[in-house]
Amino acid sequence: MHERSLLTDAVVYLSAAVVAVPIFARLGLGSVLGYLAAGCLIGPYGLKLVEDVETILHFAEFGVVLMLFLIGLELEPSRLWQMRRAVFGGGALQMGLCGALLVLGALGVGLPWRAATLAGLALALSSTAIAVQTMKERGVLGSPMGRASFGILLFQDIAAIPLVGIVPLLAVEVSSHQSGGLAGLFKVLGAIFAVVVLGRYATRPALRLIANTHLRELSTAFALLLVVGIARVMERVGISMGLGAFLAGVLLAGSEYRHALETDIEPFKGLLMGLFFIAVGMSIDFALLRNQPWLVLGLVLGFTALKAGALYAVARLTKMTEGPNPQGLLFAAVMAQGGEFAFVIFGVARDARIMPGQWDKLLTLTVALSMAMTPLLVMAAEAWARRAGLADARPDDTIEGEDAPVIIAGFGRFGQIVGRLLFASGLRATVLDHDPESIEVLRRFGFRIFYGDATRLDLLEAAGAGRAKVLVNAIDDIETSLRLVDLVKHHFPQLKLVCRARNVTHWIALRERGVELIEREVFEGSLVAGRLTLESLGVGAHEAWERAAKFRIHNVASMEGFRTEKDIEKRRAAVRASRDQLEQQFERDRAELDEASGGHWHDDTGAPPRA
Amino acid sequence: MSRVFVVYAHPYPARSRANARLLRALGGIENVEIHSLYERYPDFNIDVEAEQRALSACDAVVWQHPIFWYAPPAMMKLWFEKVLTRGWAYGGGRALAGKACLWMTTAGAHESGYHPDGVHGFAFERFVPGVEQTARFCAMRWLDPMVLFHAHQVSDAHLDTVAAEYRARVMALVRS
Repeated sequence: MHERSLLTDAVVYLSAAVVAVPIFARLGLGSVLGYLAAGCLIGPYGLKLVEDVETILHFAEFGVVLMLFLIGLELEPSRLWQMRRAVFGGGALQMGLCGALLVLGALGVGLPWRAATLAGLALALSSTAIAVQTMKERGVLGSPMGRASFGILLFQDIAAIPLVGIVPLLAVEVSSHQSGGLAGLFKVLGAIFAVVVLGRYATRPALRLIANTHLRELSTAFALLLVVGIARVMERVGISMGLGAFLAGVLLAGSEYRHALETDIEPFKGLLMGLFFIAVGMSIDFALLRNQPWLVLGLVLGFTALKAGALYAVARLTKMTEGPNPQGLLFAAVMAQGGEFAFVIFGVARDARIMPGQWDKLLTLTVALSMAMTPLLVMAAEAWARRAGLADARPDDTIEGEDAPVIIAGFGRFGQIVGRLLFASGLRATVLDHDPESIEVLRRFGFRIFYGDATRLDLLEAAGAGRAKVLVNAIDDIETSLRLVDLVKHHFPQLKLVCRARNVTHWIALRERGVELIEREVFEGSLVAGRLTLESLGVGAHEAWERAAKFRIHNVASMEGFRTEKDIEKRRAAVRASRDQLEQQFERDRAELDEASGGHWHDDTGAPPRA
Repeated sequence: MSRVFVVYAHPYPARSRANARLLRALGGIENVEIHSLYERYPDFNIDVEAEQRALSACDAVVWQHPIFWYAPPAMMKLWFEKVLTRGWAYGGGRALAGKACLWMTTAGAHESGYHPDGVHGFAFERFVPGVEQTARFCAMRWLDPMVLFHAHQVSDAHLDTVAAEYRARVMALVRS
């Protein structure tokens, strides 16, 4: 088994993922659970297709590193600065409260104080990978709750550094300091300084140079080198790789190469994250579970309950959300698992012989199982929140009248104009968006906002899609937009769709799905620009308006003809024909207008009397 | 000195012969404000307040436009509907009361067509009352209208004569 080639392993992982993830996604259980299940299946306790779990886990941690780099890319330093309260306030509170409770819990199950302290603090850390992925899938990463969670996760990443550092201190035989005090600090500062300088001054010219070669694979290679290199340096000086990568991401957030870096790294991140979850699934020690099922079950439930309780308290104390709060519950569910750092710390603790007996294995198993439980916990929290939310909202609803007649999915530049026009006309709208920038303002003006992915059926239902009259599909991502249309056509056939089309292909795809009210996003603006150009050249304002109107009709009609033409060659011919037709039409327009001002109508018949 | 507000409605001013010539005749007269409706509101989105402000500020109004289908062009008709509002121009409002109103219009047909035996079946006067009564209903002073027939075909000399007369009428309004 150990002699197998990398490619064979790759086939195993990829097949497991390709089989398991779609099934779980289809069942609405989320991709994380799918990967975990795939891991269980192929792991040492399943089909035994892969044995060397630890190496894989370590390798796959780069997925987390890449994810943190990408998150860093989204956060400019100024926005990071705005998060300082969430990071240091919320983070410290969470670590303190969860840590204290879990240390007490560990003492309670009979661990000696050193081991209990380490275990408690290590378990207080949550899994950035699972929490962020879960929130992203639910589209709540941009909500206040999501931001608070992310701040806390960042703090945990920082806190993990000294945590790994104190393991040797807690060892029964204190032999030597691992990284000698002041010198170690200088190394850390030096490394951070190097990353800042590199990110600020060296990376941009390098990226420019590489962009000029026009070799796409080279820029991918450079992006990977950048992240992996920085992560390695950081690891050498004892900072978490993820934190280093995050820092590098933040430094490049303002650069013009942000999007290029994002698209280069994204697929690797996705694959490695999947691999990471698979590795976690593989590391679940089913033998231990079989031998001591009740102990393990008790540990998992006890740990999750303690941590979730403490997290809920944190949510209340930081006033993350107001009222009887479903967001607080969701927060607790998302963050209640143990983190990947716990694996590292328990590993170090085993080597330092701090954990007595089988405890390191038991705790590792507990963390892995708590990770696997996260998607289930989150679904339970959501189900509860929905029921509680509905029960709470009832009285308000009857006062306010029924749901808004319009749902706007996607509240970017396009959706906002629609929304403002509706509001100006005294109509209320429900807005679905996964990253609304000005939520508070919208709330104040009576819009109902739902964070999240508009292609989620439960979210649509919660937004009142069953009772609304019109859904404005203003989503900018073409695939998401089409998915939403499919979903609406299938589940809410009564809902009238008004769709934004990004381009002609998108327009055709929407028409194919039977959507009738479609507006191409730049069409009207371009027409007006055309009108203004005509006017600038001396064409009468009204005539320019008429021409634009005729052009619009002609254009839409020819697109319609174009759509019904399946054959590519014929489509091309149709485009040519429509161009000719347009010319003819303009000729005809000109002729008509010329005749109108020069002809003598009263001798003819048919032409309208004009002066 | 009085101020005169000319409301001009021709959909294709650049292509007009008679109306363009007539409008040019008003060039250089002080205290004359001209609104070319189709240029100002190409998509028929009339700025009612701006029109009413201009009307309030003037002492005499001129409506100049060609005749299409025995009536003012769509934009002119829309201008009546949108600008002459209840409570402002009539029905309690007297914003236009006492202001003089001159109608300058052109018809493509020869005058002889406007006759019980002609192609248009009625004398031109039969098509005037709608416009005239619009002014009167707003308590405006209806002046003798000016009509130029056969607008596409008239000789330049005749067009010049009518243009000169138009200019004189408007000058008189300004002086009054």
